[in-house]
Amino acid sequence: MKRMLRSAAALGLVALTGTALLTGVDYLTADRIAEQERRVVLEQLGQLVPQASDDSLLDDKITVMDEQFFPNGQQVSIWRSRDHGEPLAAILKFNAVNGYNGDITLLAGINADGSLRGVRVISHKETPGLGDAIEAEKSSWILGFSGKSLENPGRERWNVKREGGEFDQFTGATITPRAVVNAVRLALEYFELNHEALFEEPAETPGGSRR
Amino acid sequence: MIYREIFANGLWRQNTGLVVLLGLCPLLAVSNTVVNAIGLGLATTLTLVFSNLAVSLARPALRPEIRIPAYVIIIASVVTVLQMLMQAWFHDLYLVLGIFIPLIVTNCAIIGRAESFASRNRPLPSIVDGLATGLGFSLALVALGAFREVIGKGTLMSHASLMFGEWGKSLQLTVIPNHPGFLLALLPPGAFIGLGLLIAGRNWLDARLARNREAMQPESAPHET
Repeated sequence: MKRMLRSAAALGLVALTGTALLTGVDYLTADRIAEQERRVVLEQLGQLVPQASDDSLLDDKITVMDEQFFPNGQQVSIWRSRDHGEPLAAILKFNAVNGYNGDITLLAGINADGSLRGVRVISHKETPGLGDAIEAEKSSWILGFSGKSLENPGRERWNVKREGGEFDQFTGATITPRAVVNAVRLALEYFELNHEALFEEPAETPGGSRR
Repeated sequence: MIYREIFANGLWRQNTGLVVLLGLCPLLAVSNTVVNAIGLGLATTLTLVFSNLAVSLARPALRPEIRIPAYVIIIASVVTVLQMLMQAWFHDLYLVLGIFIPLIVTNCAIIGRAESFASRNRPLPSIVDGLATGLGFSLALVALGAFREVIGKGTLMSHASLMFGEWGKSLQLTVIPNHPGFLLALLPPGAFIGLGLLIAGRNWLDARLARNREAMQPESAPHET
C-alpha cells in the first residue's frame, strides 16, 4: 500500500514538473509564435495585394461557411482590402476538395469588380513532379488566373482544356488543375452573389480565437 | 573508454536507423531533402539528449511499475517544448516538417534509449548516449536525404533558407544541372529503396572491416604452438 502511494506520488511529481515546464515555455513563446503566424499570413496575402504590408488588412477579416460554393463544411476566411473605406479587393482562403490527394488550400484575391488579382496555392499534397506544378514556385500556371473573371473567359469556359475549357492541364495530371480551376470558379460565383454584403459585415475581433 | 564505446554504438554498431531500425516512420517520410533531414535530425537529437537527462535524473524515483508512463510524460514534455521553441524561432522550417515534430514522441528509439540506457546510468553518460544515438539517426537521415535529393531533383541543400534564413540561399548546390527530375526517388518507394541500399552499404562496410581485422590478427598476435 505504502509502495503504491509512493509510486503514485512520484508519477504525479513527474507530471507536475512537465506541466510547469510547458506552462513556462508557452508563456515565453506565445507572443512570438502569434507574431510568426501573422507574418506568414501577411506574406501570403502580400503576394496578392501588395498594399497589404500594413496590418489593417490582416485584421479586417471575416469567416463564412457556404456549402454550395465551399463544400465539406469549410470555414472560409475572407480578408477585405479597402481604399479610404471603399471596397478594393477581397482575399478568400478556401480548399479545392477534388484534388488527387486531399484538400488543396488556395488563396484567391478578387477585385471589387469581380476580376481576379491572382491565385496562390497555400498547401497541397499532390504528387511531386506532376500535380505540384500548381505552385507558383514550380511553374507559372497559377499566374494565368490573374485578370480572369466569370465573364472572361466566360462561365462555360472555366475548365481545363480537356473538358472544353480555357485552362491548360499538365502532362500526366488533369485532376489537380481541374480541381483548382473549379474551386476558383466557385469562389468567383460566391463573390458575385455576396460581394456587397461581404464588405459590410463587421470584422472579427483580431486574434479572438486564441488568448 | 566508456564514452568511446557509447559513440561507437550510437553512430555505427547500434545505429537506430540502419541497424536497430527504430523510428523508420519519420526516417522515411522526412528524408526527401537534406534540409528536412537536418531539421528532423536535430530535433530528434535534442529530444534524445533532454529525455535521457530527465530520465536519468528521475531514475531514483522511478519504480518499475511507473517507469513507462513516466517516460511517456517526460518525452512528450520535451518534444512539446521543442515544438514551441521551433514554432517561435524556426517557423518556416516548422511549417515544412509539420506533423513530424509532434510525432517525434512516437519514435521508439527515444523510449528505447530511456529504458535501456538512461534508466540505468548517471546523467552525464546518459546525455552522451542521447547525443550519440541522435547523431547516428541524423546521419542516416541526412545520407538518405542527400541520396534522394540528388537523384530526385539534382540538387543538394535546396530550401536551406528555411533553416538558415537569407544566408541559406547561397548553400544550395546544383549537382546535376538541368536534371529532369526522377520522381521515384522523391516518392515513398524511393525512401524504402534508398534505405535498403544504405543498410546494404553499411553491412558491406562492416563485413569488410571485420575481415580486415581478422586478417591483421595473426600477424599482431601469433599463436603459440
